[in-house]
Amino acid sequence: MKHVSEIAMIAAVSFAGELLNYLLPLPVPGSIYGLVLMLVLLMTGIFKVENVKTVGDWLITFMPIMFVGPVVGLMNSYESYKDILIPIFVISTLTTIITMAATGRAAQGIMRLQNRKEGKNHAE
Amino acid sequence: MLNEMASGISFFGIFLTCVIYIIAIAIQKRFKSPILNPLLVACVIIIVLLLVTGIDYNVFLYGKLKADGSYDGTGAILFQNMLTPTTVCLAIPLYEKLNYLKKYPAAILGGICCGALACLVSILLLSILFGLDHTQYVTLLPKSITTAMGMGVSAELGGMPSVTVASIVITGIFGNVVAGGVLKLFRITEPVAQGLACGTAAHAIGTARAREFGDVQEAMSGLSIAVCGLITVVLASVFAMFY
Repeated sequence: MKHVSEIAMIAAVSFAGELLNYLLPLPVPGSIYGLVLMLVLLMTGIFKVENVKTVGDWLITFMPIMFVGPVVGLMNSYESYKDILIPIFVISTLTTIITMAATGRAAQGIMRLQNRKEGKNHAE
Repeated sequence: MLNEMASGISFFGIFLTCVIYIIAIAIQKRFKSPILNPLLVACVIIIVLLLVTGIDYNVFLYGKLKADGSYDGTGAILFQNMLTPTTVCLAIPLYEKLNYLKKYPAAILGGICCGALACLVSILLLSILFGLDHTQYVTLLPKSITTAMGMGVSAELGGMPSVTVASIVITGIFGNVVAGGVLKLFRITEPVAQGLACGTAAHAIGTARAREFGDVQEAMSGLSIAVCGLITVVLASVFAMFY
């Protein structure tokens, strides 16, 4: 029965997310509304994490298999992207390096700035 | 002939997806190379199989073709339908890692915001450089976030979700391979910053690499998948209006 109630809770939040996507005029997928809603429910203690965790972790474990259908769909839509294969590849790789460097340098800079401030406070 | 057979039998797509995915995992375990990502390998094998046998993609995706022209739903669509509830459940690991966010809020949020912005700006500039059209541009916008979110964002913005998934997988694999070199080149030595860089740039596949660097890196990378995803969902809809 525990699994059924977990599925019911996850399904309810998924439905609520899709409902928000239907009602609100923003380009936000229903799944993201659902994710935020689930996080709020967990943080406020309305949902207990142990009451959704078994099914939740199980779903996340085999998440990659859920993308097989859409990726295989690439064989049908070849016409729509065959002209931009090189741009897709260049953009995907180049921006990955840029993003990685920007995130790391920014986070490291902020941490060192904080550490220096705290060090000064100690000295005083 | 094979197509007629497959389209007359239920559970072909579900069976094929599972079996090929298990084979793809075995291949990665055997060779341990990040380029042999199970999702990538499984999809290449299935595409080749369908092309060689002439089996219709719709039969693979939607299942047995019934007499009235509809499909019985016993194809790979079964797994695809579980994407929304699974994305909702990504809140669970995020919730469990929230204490890290409380420890270094400025570095985490500042770092991820900078990364997400740098990513979107560079996609915008490169898209202009390559002369992509709007559809192609919004298809690539969510390429650094986790697949479930990226696919949804692409669909909402009017992109091509399956191409988005492909670019997300390329991003993850490439990020996984170059992470060590990039961190070294840019002298990113703080474990927290290393983890954030991996997760923000290369989502779950980058996190697999961060795990090899250490526990802090793994936790930070895992946290940034969700945080960067949420930030990108908001920013991408703004960036979609720029070009």
